[in-house]
Amino acid sequence: MASETLSETVPGIAPATPVDESPFQQQLRFFWRALRRDRSGMIGLGLFLLIVLTAIFAPQIAPHDPLEQNLRVAKTPPAWTAEGSWEYPLGTDNLGRDLFSRIVYGSRVSMLVGFFGVLIAAGIGLSVGLVSGYLGGRPDNLIMTVVNILLALPYLLFVVFIAALLGRSLLNVILIFGITDSPIFVRIARGEVLRLREAEYVQAAHSLGSRTGRILLRHILPNLIGPLITVATFEMSAMIFYEAGLGFLGLSVPPSVPSWGNMLSVGRKYLTTQPWIATFPGVAIMVTALAMNLLGDWLRDTLDPRTRKR
Amino acid sequence: MQRYIVSRIGQSILVLLGVLVLVFFMLRITGNPAALLLPKEASPEQVAAFKAKLGLDRPLPIQFLRFAQSALTGDFGNSLRYRTDALDLILERLPATVELASAALLLAILIAVPLGLVGGSNPGSLWDSVARTLGLLGQSIPNFWLALLLIILFAVKLNWLPSFGRDSWQSVVLPAVALGLAPMGQLVRLTRAAVLEIRGTDYVRTAYSKGLPTRLVYVRHILRNAAIPLISVLGIQFGYLLGGSIYIETIFSWPGIGNLVAEAVSVRDFTLVQAIAVFSSLVVILLNLLTDILYALVDPRIRYG
Repeated sequence: MASETLSETVPGIAPATPVDESPFQQQLRFFWRALRRDRSGMIGLGLFLLIVLTAIFAPQIAPHDPLEQNLRVAKTPPAWTAEGSWEYPLGTDNLGRDLFSRIVYGSRVSMLVGFFGVLIAAGIGLSVGLVSGYLGGRPDNLIMTVVNILLALPYLLFVVFIAALLGRSLLNVILIFGITDSPIFVRIARGEVLRLREAEYVQAAHSLGSRTGRILLRHILPNLIGPLITVATFEMSAMIFYEAGLGFLGLSVPPSVPSWGNMLSVGRKYLTTQPWIATFPGVAIMVTALAMNLLGDWLRDTLDPRTRKR
Repeated sequence: MQRYIVSRIGQSILVLLGVLVLVFFMLRITGNPAALLLPKEASPEQVAAFKAKLGLDRPLPIQFLRFAQSALTGDFGNSLRYRTDALDLILERLPATVELASAALLLAILIAVPLGLVGGSNPGSLWDSVARTLGLLGQSIPNFWLALLLIILFAVKLNWLPSFGRDSWQSVVLPAVALGLAPMGQLVRLTRAAVLEIRGTDYVRTAYSKGLPTRLVYVRHILRNAAIPLISVLGIQFGYLLGGSIYIETIFSWPGIGNLVAEAVSVRDFTLVQAIAVFSSLVVILLNLLTDILYALVDPRIRYG
């Protein structure tokens, strides 16, 4: 639908879409075209896919066991320096563990926390926001008061507080971020519902006798997905940040698990003598965040019809 | 205006109550607050005495009332580690944190606002690219990693600036840059977007067409309107800076509240953590209240709305 108007109004774009395409295929075609016109979005998507693949195929990519210690080669500098060797491309840490392999495996922790954290947060946020926005009145007031209280807190401080109380485990970290991040999704979902509730097609469905549940699922939910995916991308990037930060403070996954935050926390102790130990995990975090922010910017510009012109 | 302020104050009190409930229940999600609040080597008699003293053997609502009452009078009990009053410890560290956060925010504003202004006024120009890059990097570089890089470069390799402590004015430079980058990025994005939007409005075109010099169009119309979203973000940024200071103060051994949090968490001094959580929330709530009132003063739409 949208791609048709585009090809009609913008000269130089390929002629109209074949008629036998399903709406889904048309959507995909529209996305692909928008993506090809946006170079930074393309870079973001490429980097993001690369990181996801790295996390999935970590055992095939990593040249060493990320836990394997070898004190004889401890503190080897990166390969391109005089004392380095290509056996350990990015050098080794204080226990002689291969930094490159640890970074490859570390992507798993970041991706798991980011993905499942956002999934839980969006799940809670979406259900609460849908109900709150659609019901309105007193339940809505109560829910939004709680949400506003949670959003007004110094977030990181409370995350650190809860993480310290619960102890170090991957599941705890995912749950902490999933629950503490849900108010953001509640607010987005509720705002969209309030906007859509008054839309003509929703009113029409209502007057045709559709029940509330059906209206929410069939008419409102599909229109929510756009803004939700955009926010989810930015929030996933933020969670990967925060997880690394918790790891840096020694509050995320157990110290034996290779994660970027844990690596930074080790590297910090050798900052003056072996600076590469702290440098490379940070590069990994930065590239991941960069990829997701570029992707998020592109999604926002593409999915939001108000900014689509740009 | 008065009604608006009164209702905002009411909301703030509600948020503060919410914080107290949250902190109260957080210590209880683990099931055994006495074990968290007492040193590990405490004897069963000590535990029982402690429970009786805090009223942990009483029903939950009564426990909460006692907790809220003492928290509101500033009595959080003694820190387990320092064995002195928790609030005194916080107040002692407060000036260092305020100094660092102000320096970081000032640095962010001084660089971000002019850059966003120039970038937004000339979209597609070199300065616009600089502004957009800074906006993106500010979002993507973790401040704790930036802090480590700054130390490697400016303290270890070049030996220009100190990497720890709070002894001279030079000490604040590296931590302020590390802490300030993220708010800088957000402010650049926001300023640029605001200027870009306002430049295209009817009232700016009118101002130009009635012959107002560019300088005055900027001062009277563009800057004033761009300031509105900036003010509302500044309050939020301060809350963020409090959180970010946990890393930055730890890395630079800056004797502030962030450092105190990291220390308290690592030795499981939960009386102190609890006190810091309530205190920092109060600070953030007050700052948000202040920015909202300021916001209403700047924006007549809110004042009369």
